[in-house]
Amino acid sequence: MNPYVVPGLVVVVLVTVGIGAYGLRFARTTSDFLVASRSVSPAWNAAAISGEYLSAASFLGVAGLVLRYGLDVLWYPVGFAAGYLALLLFVAAPLRRSGAFTLPDFCQVRLRSPLLRRLATVFVVFIGCLYLVPQLQGAGLTFTTVTGAPYEWGALLVGVVVTANVALGGMRAITFVQAFQYWLKLTALAVPVIFLMLQWQSDGRPAVTPPAGPVFATATTVVVQQDAVLDGTVKVRAGEELTFAAGERVPEVSSVDDNRGVAWLLPGGDSSLFATYSLILATFLGTMGLPHVLVRFYTNPDGASARRTTLVVLGMVGLFYLLPTMYGVLGRVYTPQLLMTGQTDAVVLLLPEAALGGGHLGQFLGALVTAGALAAFLSTSSGLLTSVAGVVFTDILHAERGGSVRDFRLATVLAAVLPLGLSLYVSNMDVSRVVGLAFAVAASSFCPLLVLGIWWRGLTDVGAAAGILAGGGAAMTAVLLTVMGPPLDGWYAQLIGQPAAWTVPLAFVVMVAGSLLTKRRIPPDIGSTMLRLHAPEELRL
Amino acid sequence: MNGDTGDAAGTPRPARAEPGDAAGTPRAGRPAGATALPPLRTRVVLGEAAAARRASPDSVRAELAEQTPVGEALVKGLVRAQLALAVRLSLVVVAGLGALPLLFAVAPAVGRVKVLGVNLPWLLLGLLSFPFLLGVGWAYVRWAERNEQDFTAVIRRPEA
Repeated sequence: MNPYVVPGLVVVVLVTVGIGAYGLRFARTTSDFLVASRSVSPAWNAAAISGEYLSAASFLGVAGLVLRYGLDVLWYPVGFAAGYLALLLFVAAPLRRSGAFTLPDFCQVRLRSPLLRRLATVFVVFIGCLYLVPQLQGAGLTFTTVTGAPYEWGALLVGVVVTANVALGGMRAITFVQAFQYWLKLTALAVPVIFLMLQWQSDGRPAVTPPAGPVFATATTVVVQQDAVLDGTVKVRAGEELTFAAGERVPEVSSVDDNRGVAWLLPGGDSSLFATYSLILATFLGTMGLPHVLVRFYTNPDGASARRTTLVVLGMVGLFYLLPTMYGVLGRVYTPQLLMTGQTDAVVLLLPEAALGGGHLGQFLGALVTAGALAAFLSTSSGLLTSVAGVVFTDILHAERGGSVRDFRLATVLAAVLPLGLSLYVSNMDVSRVVGLAFAVAASSFCPLLVLGIWWRGLTDVGAAAGILAGGGAAMTAVLLTVMGPPLDGWYAQLIGQPAAWTVPLAFVVMVAGSLLTKRRIPPDIGSTMLRLHAPEELRL
Repeated sequence: MNGDTGDAAGTPRPARAEPGDAAGTPRAGRPAGATALPPLRTRVVLGEAAAARRASPDSVRAELAEQTPVGEALVKGLVRAQLALAVRLSLVVVAGLGALPLLFAVAPAVGRVKVLGVNLPWLLLGLLSFPFLLGVGWAYVRWAERNEQDFTAVIRRPEA
């Protein structure tokens, strides 16, 4: 095993806990815990938002998807970044000016409806869990890949560190932790990629898409994961070891779904136009509805700085997303055996050693990306846990403003138990897919609520609730069917597997129609609410 | 942890008094009696001190606060300007990025064009889309701030 990995992971955990403890010295009141007393500078805040946002799905999943499916999945990173543009254009400044700390808060501010607030709470907890479970799973899978230790250890370790950190330091500490982790993640992908490119050059630029399909770069032994058929002829059993010489073609394995040749290289491989547009809608519009993203905007001092922070985030996130694609492409050259085992999510972790050899450089860079992956799990799950705990704290424990820090800690533990338990029992969900589904639910429930709530005076509580129930409910059902139901085929498989293209318009239409039918319920103070959302703070009356 | 009960709603920490949050208004989202009108009226009274400091006539600000037709129209104008800006720029993104899958489907030849040895779609999506998004975002921040300055200028104009 790589001797640098364990020290690297220990350093990341210690620095995380250390910064958390340092932040604790400043955290004295509930306000400090929840919103860092709104005293975080824009640069810190932008790094923290980016650090929080770049999850296991971005750090590991995107490269794995590119390795497997090629061009069509580049819409994932593009959409993850474009989500911040949609957030900037339609939500950032007015949301900050609304003073809402969470999505349920926004329902209260804009529509004065406790019932809608409760509905929003349900969706925040659902989306939070949906997003938290795969993070913990990714942590478990990384531990298995790198250390050989059991899956549960990784999930438990990350779960416990995150829960302790959030409960003890709250958001003030988390802000510093997240900012540190953004730079760690960026470094952990950017430094190795330089060496990987140099290695690729010195190897004589081996073709990424050889005419006969991917070939093994070196002699490789592959352990078959599931009973399968190779190239449609040779039957193999799980556990069987196959040895391939350098330059030999990588056989197609019936149990692994991937794209080869032109389907990998060119658009429209085997995903339909519907699926592509569905993915685009979900990722472009889903970001604004993710609970841990919105919380951060409250830490900006005013609307204009919320806008600037978002712009910096867009730059930081875009910079990061240049990198995973390179790993996916180079993985095609140096780790094609993952196409046989199906564990493509591990490409980022395995690539440095596979390409640079088992010497000190390869091992050191391998440990660096592993540390970055751990940072990805830690930061995203910390942010998610803070926001879910915040909602549990205000809306379920009914602590309101007078709630004590002890209540917030209780809320944190409560919010952590369910996802942690789930992640231990449901270990075979696909990381990137589930994260994409969380985006679809967010895009079909909170995106219409925020956009219409901010820009349209006519929105009513009944219309909003109907829209969230119709669109968000449909997306939620589709997600549950995809994750737990039997495999589907036929035309409706796509409608269920990538629901955003119909659930987002459905939510908008129902919300508008419902509001038009209940015009009398438009809040009487809509004029002053709109003034508050859109007028610059310096004019506050 | 007895001393840790949170800040009272309307008392920003002294060192960090925020321009945006007038004293006495319950923080948004906290349900405790957050009806907006009474606090707004109070703020006009409080606002006189601020207005006197800045020595600018306050009739338009009062119009805003009182929700008169003039004030209402001003706010509607601002909202409309900001929305039009956001919609226009999102159309730029829809045209620039959103049309790509359709383009690739209609004209597969585009996918085979190579620039610097890389197929064009990889360059467009993997590399150029991010600076493009950032550029649109930058333009938005610039113009949105200009809209707000225009709005502020109207409110502050002495003859108003």
